[in-house]
Amino acid sequence: MPAQVEQQQPPPLVELQGVTKIYGSGTAEMQALRGVDLRIAEGEFVAVMGPSGSGKSTCMNILGCLDTPTGGRYLFKGVDVGALSRNQRALLRRHHLGFIFQGFNLLNRTSALENVELPLIYRGVPTRERHRRAAAALAVVGLAGWERHTPGELSGGQQQRVAIARAIVTEPAVLLADEPTGNLDTARSLEIMELLTAFNREQGITVIMVTHEQEMAAFAGRAILFRDGLVAEDQDNGEGR
Amino acid sequence: MLVNTLLLALREIRRNVLRSALTILGIVIGVAAVIVMVTIGGGATAQVTEQIASMGSNLLMVRVGQHRGPGASSAAPAFDLADAQAIAREIPAITAVAPSASQRLVAVYGNQNWSTTVNGIDNEFFKVRNWTVDAGRQFLDSELRAGKAVCLLGETVRKELFGDQSPLDSLVRLGSFSCQVVGVLEAKGQSTFGSDQDDLVLVPLRTFQRRIAGNQDISLIQVSVAEGRSTDKAKSDIEFLMRERRRIIGSENDNFQVMDMKELTRMLTGTTQILTALLSAVAAVSLLVGGIGIMNIMLVSVTERTREIGIRLAIGALEREVLLQFLVEAVVLSSFGGLVGILLAVSGSVGLARLLNIPFIFNPGIVLIAFLFSAAVGVIFGYFPARKAARLDPIDALRHE
Repeated sequence: MPAQVEQQQPPPLVELQGVTKIYGSGTAEMQALRGVDLRIAEGEFVAVMGPSGSGKSTCMNILGCLDTPTGGRYLFKGVDVGALSRNQRALLRRHHLGFIFQGFNLLNRTSALENVELPLIYRGVPTRERHRRAAAALAVVGLAGWERHTPGELSGGQQQRVAIARAIVTEPAVLLADEPTGNLDTARSLEIMELLTAFNREQGITVIMVTHEQEMAAFAGRAILFRDGLVAEDQDNGEGR
Repeated sequence: MLVNTLLLALREIRRNVLRSALTILGIVIGVAAVIVMVTIGGGATAQVTEQIASMGSNLLMVRVGQHRGPGASSAAPAFDLADAQAIAREIPAITAVAPSASQRLVAVYGNQNWSTTVNGIDNEFFKVRNWTVDAGRQFLDSELRAGKAVCLLGETVRKELFGDQSPLDSLVRLGSFSCQVVGVLEAKGQSTFGSDQDDLVLVPLRTFQRRIAGNQDISLIQVSVAEGRSTDKAKSDIEFLMRERRRIIGSENDNFQVMDMKELTRMLTGTTQILTALLSAVAAVSLLVGGIGIMNIMLVSVTERTREIGIRLAIGALEREVLLQFLVEAVVLSSFGGLVGILLAVSGSVGLARLLNIPFIFNPGIVLIAFLFSAAVGVIFGYFPARKAARLDPIDALRHE
């Protein structure tokens, strides 16, 4: 019975069906994705790898609803994202997604606490609870006592940890990390990876991470390799490191 | 949501203290400049009007020649005493007719001398000009009839020639003849154009004609219209009478002029208004420069703001939340700048008005215009680049260089 089959296999958290993305037009046309099929289940820790220009970042941006695909379908928890309005996609980001960028993307001249509070403000969390949750998130990433510091007063590793606190403070279903360790040295990178692994294991947050470092990818339970706008390899690492 | 937006906007202002301060400065300068200029100009004009009004709204001035804009008059034969008498006799509804003639002369007392205007008048002069004698007395009828060598001094002349002494009964030399001081006029102070109204000497008209001018000419006839009677009617009556007496026929132009307070006001405020227009033009330029300043600051920060908008969108802000935040920010900055500008302008105008000795007149219209202009510039250049950015895909906003 098809109904029973579906019950046994709930829809994956995110699913790409034949997704394409074309930048520019005419002679300057660049096909970043050529038909990507991808299913990621809840609770997975996925490393997305590939050389530059392979389409891994584009795919990531589409998964994060930061960019819209040219063709194909993107289903989030079974909902067709392509059919959503701009506002609905923004609400999807607000309630289900957390982002970590290579360049941190914190607000300058704004304290760590206020940066972490930002997504809570948009969620309409009352002041007192907002402060408490933001401070707690900073404590989780090991920045208790640094609440009043602005990004300019923090090291790269600390800034990225503020960004992580900002991403997880809303307890998202999916954490999307685009080369989170790209600007950091190995020691800081390993600290960041420990944090991501902890969120994945302890809170069951699905982590999708773009990286070009094999060492970082080794933390993930599954590695997807992009080449020329297509998924070239998809391997299970078991439990990762 | 509005509370949150306000919070975000205020955080944004605090975060960008320098940019906010510069924006506010542009608005402050623009608003303050316009308000100060217009207020001072308005005050000066009002002072002229007020002074004319204090002379009485029922005053008509009959002058020789035609006034053609500031400073230009045509020559024409003078009046004589008979003209004044004819007006007094034939025009109804008038209470006083004061003929006068004047000449600039040096007044000498002891080793003091002072160049002043000597006016030949009769006692009607005090009625039409609403002027009283402080010390001493007006001329006696006998003195007027006989053309006695007596005079009244304006306060300035008294001060210059006599200092602290009492001038009464002293002999003052005017040109080539001496006259006895019988009184001192009440002080009137400066007129609008800085000319001193108290800088004059009065002598009986007959004395003036015989001893100073050597002719029977009358250059000015001042007429007081009775309270509650039409000055327009009196004016046209006088015009008709004078045309007849001066034998002006048909379409020939008048070679005299009867001015009522409306015309006098127009004549005297002409200069002030030109000045006000000039000041306003300067102020408009400051407003424009302030506006360009605001525009520059807003546009220069677009790159940074576009990235920031990208971050906010990625975090899950709705387009309208981002826009509302930027709008609130622009409105708060502009309003604050506008208020500071208005306060600065008002206190500055009050001080300047006191310094220049003109009344302070608050002009809400110009305050509103200056404020709205600056606020509009602030809001337009703060809001529209933000709107453009908020409509991008988040990733494009994030990547904006």
